[in-house]
Amino acid sequence: MGDMAAPQVAPVEAPDTEEVPVEDRPWVTIVWDDPVNLMSYVTWVFQKLFGYSREKAEKLMLDVHHKGRAVVSSGARERMEHDASQLHSYGLWATVDQV
Amino acid sequence: MSMFRRHREHCVATFAADEVRVLRKVAAEVVGLLTDGFDHDDPVVGRLFPDIYPDRPADSAEFRLYTEGDLKTNKIDQAGAILAALPDGTGGEVRLDPEAAEAWLRALNDARLAMGVRLDIKSDTDLGEELDDAVLRDPTSSRVFQLSVYAYLGYLQESLLNALVE
Repeated sequence: MGDMAAPQVAPVEAPDTEEVPVEDRPWVTIVWDDPVNLMSYVTWVFQKLFGYSREKAEKLMLDVHHKGRAVVSSGARERMEHDASQLHSYGLWATVDQV
Repeated sequence: MSMFRRHREHCVATFAADEVRVLRKVAAEVVGLLTDGFDHDDPVVGRLFPDIYPDRPADSAEFRLYTEGDLKTNKIDQAGAILAALPDGTGGEVRLDPEAAEAWLRALNDARLAMGVRLDIKSDTDLGEELDDAVLRDPTSSRVFQLSVYAYLGYLQESLLNALVE
């Protein structure tokens, strides 16, 4: 995000999912850091789209900024695709993955 | 440089004629990018319409097939909201209800994303330094103008957001 030092991208550990069958593993929407979006705008989008409190939205925004990415919602695959698509309409860089 | 302020439920700003010209140009460029100039190989299009499954091109393409049209229409409408609210050919006041303010926020963001790709803005880019360097090389260059517009749009977007959530 703009106007700050380069973010540290923390290595993401693969979760231990051996025990859970693939079809039962939850899906997540991930937002990635980018150098253009304003921090205040990203916080506002999280509040607006997900109804998160300002505190929670700000924490997520800072996770995106400092760790390079953050999981912003989780649930059924179709729901996550909807969330990612909504985030795209606000210009955030969002992807969907299965954890 | 104009900033938005809150007046009852409206976000209001008074723009000089050259600001109106710049905003009109920027919004028209976004519309052009999304219509006649639409090209999946353009990195700006790649940024505005990211792959939803980075490691699964087939799934991304299928999703794109169903969603890209709507997303594109939304983005064109958002840029259109800027064009619709600007005074004709001269400076003047812009009054945005909350819905129009949100469309402006998104459209300003799309314009900044597009310019950010073209200007090669990175996480560690210092805009002031970039601008100083560009001025030293050639104060009349297009890069000086583009960097100034990019910085201006950032201030404008931030002021609109502040006015909207006030």
